Amino acid sequence: MNKIISKEHFSANVVKLEVEAPMIAKSRRAGHFVLVKVGEKGERIPLTITSSDLEKGTITLVIQKMGVSSTKICNLNEGDYITDLVGPLGKATHIEKFGTVVCAGGGVGLAPLLPIVEALKKAGNRVITVLAARTKDLIILEDQLRKHSDEIVIMTDDGSYGNKGLVTNGVENIINREKVDLCVTIGPAVMMKFVSLLTKKYEVPTLCSLNTIMVDGTGMCGACRVTVGGKTKFVCVDGPEFDAHQVDFDEMLMRLNAYKDEETESMTNLKK
Amino acid sequence: MALVDRSEAWREELRASMKNKERTNIERVHMNELDATIRSRNSEEVNLGLTVEQALLEAKRCLDCANPTCMNGCPVSINIPKFVKNIERGEFLEAAKTLKETSALPAVCGRVCPQELQCESQCIHIKMGKPAVAIGYLERFAADFERESGQISVPEIPHKNGIKVAAVGSGPAGLAFAGDMAQRGYDVTVFEALHQIGGVLKYGIPEFRLPNKIVDVEIECLRQMGVKFLTNCIVGKTITFDELSEEGFKGMFVGSGAGLPNFMNIKGENLIGVMSANEYLTRVNLMDAANPESDTPVYKGKSVAIIGGGNTAMDAVRTARRLGADRAMIVYRRSEEEMPARIEEIKHAKEEGIEFLTLHNPIEYHGNERGRVTHMLLQKMQLGEPDASGRRSPIAIEGATELIEVDMVIVSVGVSPNPLVPQSIQGLEVSRKGTVIVNENSMQTNIPAIFAGGDIVRGGATVILAMGDGRKAAAAMDEYLKESEN
Repeated sequence: MNKIISKEHFSANVVKLEVEAPMIAKSRRAGHFVLVKVGEKGERIPLTITSSDLEKGTITLVIQKMGVSSTKICNLNEGDYITDLVGPLGKATHIEKFGTVVCAGGGVGLAPLLPIVEALKKAGNRVITVLAARTKDLIILEDQLRKHSDEIVIMTDDGSYGNKGLVTNGVENIINREKVDLCVTIGPAVMMKFVSLLTKKYEVPTLCSLNTIMVDGTGMCGACRVTVGGKTKFVCVDGPEFDAHQVDFDEMLMRLNAYKDEETESMTNLKK
Repeated sequence: MALVDRSEAWREELRASMKNKERTNIERVHMNELDATIRSRNSEEVNLGLTVEQALLEAKRCLDCANPTCMNGCPVSINIPKFVKNIERGEFLEAAKTLKETSALPAVCGRVCPQELQCESQCIHIKMGKPAVAIGYLERFAADFERESGQISVPEIPHKNGIKVAAVGSGPAGLAFAGDMAQRGYDVTVFEALHQIGGVLKYGIPEFRLPNKIVDVEIECLRQMGVKFLTNCIVGKTITFDELSEEGFKGMFVGSGAGLPNFMNIKGENLIGVMSANEYLTRVNLMDAANPESDTPVYKGKSVAIIGGGNTAMDAVRTARRLGADRAMIVYRRSEEEMPARIEEIKHAKEEGIEFLTLHNPIEYHGNERGRVTHMLLQKMQLGEPDASGRRSPIAIEGATELIEVDMVIVSVGVSPNPLVPQSIQGLEVSRKGTVIVNENSMQTNIPAIFAGGDIVRGGATVILAMGDGRKAAAAMDEYLKESEN
């Protein structure tokens, strides 16, 4: 049982929770995730750790209402308890001084991007962060990302904030403007697919962080498997970060829909 | 020890009460089972256990041999004649106590141990050409009787030495280790990665073979012995081995199990509806996904193929049948004779209408436009010469293939050791296959304070062998810690 210390709404569907987890706060690194389960009959779902506070012994999670389980987590309030929380899981991000790094995040993907931006900056990289969302209200963590970046580029689909256009437009402008040594992209699978196609064209090495369906999160079940470089990999223990140019995004997109019918049905039940 | 017990007056009296000839003439008891048509549609336990009358009669079959060879066949050295004779004289609670002297999980072992390969294979009756005493059924009877009586005995702990030791993983190896160390007076904490205690007993073995509530009672007994449990904690991730040492833990037993499921790397294996047996069983058993109240989804396939012929494959196929499969198939590349599953499991599966496609091997899966599996292409096989494992190796019959409609495929072709724990302990010696290397007699690793056992050492074995490792490690660690204290 882990207590929720504070809750903040980023937007109607995106919530930030600060959760008591002293051991995880101490051991986690950028790129790590946790598995969270709400209620005795709850589902185990993976969530990337956004930040931690060693003094308070807390970790921060940013969650978007997508299905039943994420909605249940978002509906918890300050003082409530998360039934089960385990981690940190996955491999931590490999951090070194690469040179100039473009970090491209979309929507709720900006949350897991934050600790990586922070760590890359600390390692002496020049970090240019591209924040993308459909519209102004969905841009999250702008101040924190700005704090750790050398430059911020904001892209909105509708032009309500920053530049009008997709994340790929933002990334392409930078690549055309200066030499980029590495690109890190986190966001919806479709977004990562197109960022990856773009950077492949320009031969910019690219890392992506995948968020697939998981059950145990410790390598036991294989629900999270993806094809990387023609080989089957488990996101939970081999990832969650991979060379984006090697990832079979189309297969991943297909597998993300594995339980779509079941999910739709249980969402309808939840709303009742 | 066994011999001392044997000379007790009541034992001598019992032996004298009936001639050996009369004992051997009693027919071996048959396990009462739930009707196959009823059980193949629910999750009730298949084996119903013995009645008091059946147990009393079966216990009479045991000759209380001077040299009880059955005990050599038991990885946890249960005092078999003592518990069986206690059943014969009607002291069922005493029988249960005897079991608990050396086994932390008697009700579990009475259900899932392959007794036919262990204690029962060494029974004197076998040497006389008769079926062995049903030791496993009697073990279950005594453990169940105690539980149902409500008078559950907790093994006495002579004195607490206050020395902290850790078990990593709460499966059969870790629980057996914890029980033995607690009995020796140690302050034991069991660390579990999942949200429930029990490891494979919870996520793997289905309700119809081992109800969770039975596992929970045995865990409760360990708790009463002073064993502490910490769920949602991964040693090596949440807390490191060094941090445990700093917190005063003097020894650690790694029983983290066989984690990674193997796949065959054939075309279409990542289609939706193709999954590992671990995933399928974890969804149904640990997450209770078949229950409408559970948030975890699971497919309820109508035409389901399970690839493999082990006990896990049998568990998966029988689960699929219970969740509504009209056609539930075992696809196995050798013949039934080579199947590693227990004979009882194969028998039960057949009674429940499971189809056996032996000498068939999948070579690819086909899917629809949504990426869901629709067909499997099977290669027909024949048996050739015996391979390294001694089993006759299967050879493809050229050109002989068959396409079968399926909406779900469960791959159950073995597991590899979970690298999570071994990788996180610096300097721990592991084999090329990823198993932890130990001294076979002591289960000690190259790091003296760390011991290991169960599937993380064996790569994939049984509950009882894992328990045997846990006990062996406990004895050796006790000795090691006493020595290092001096």
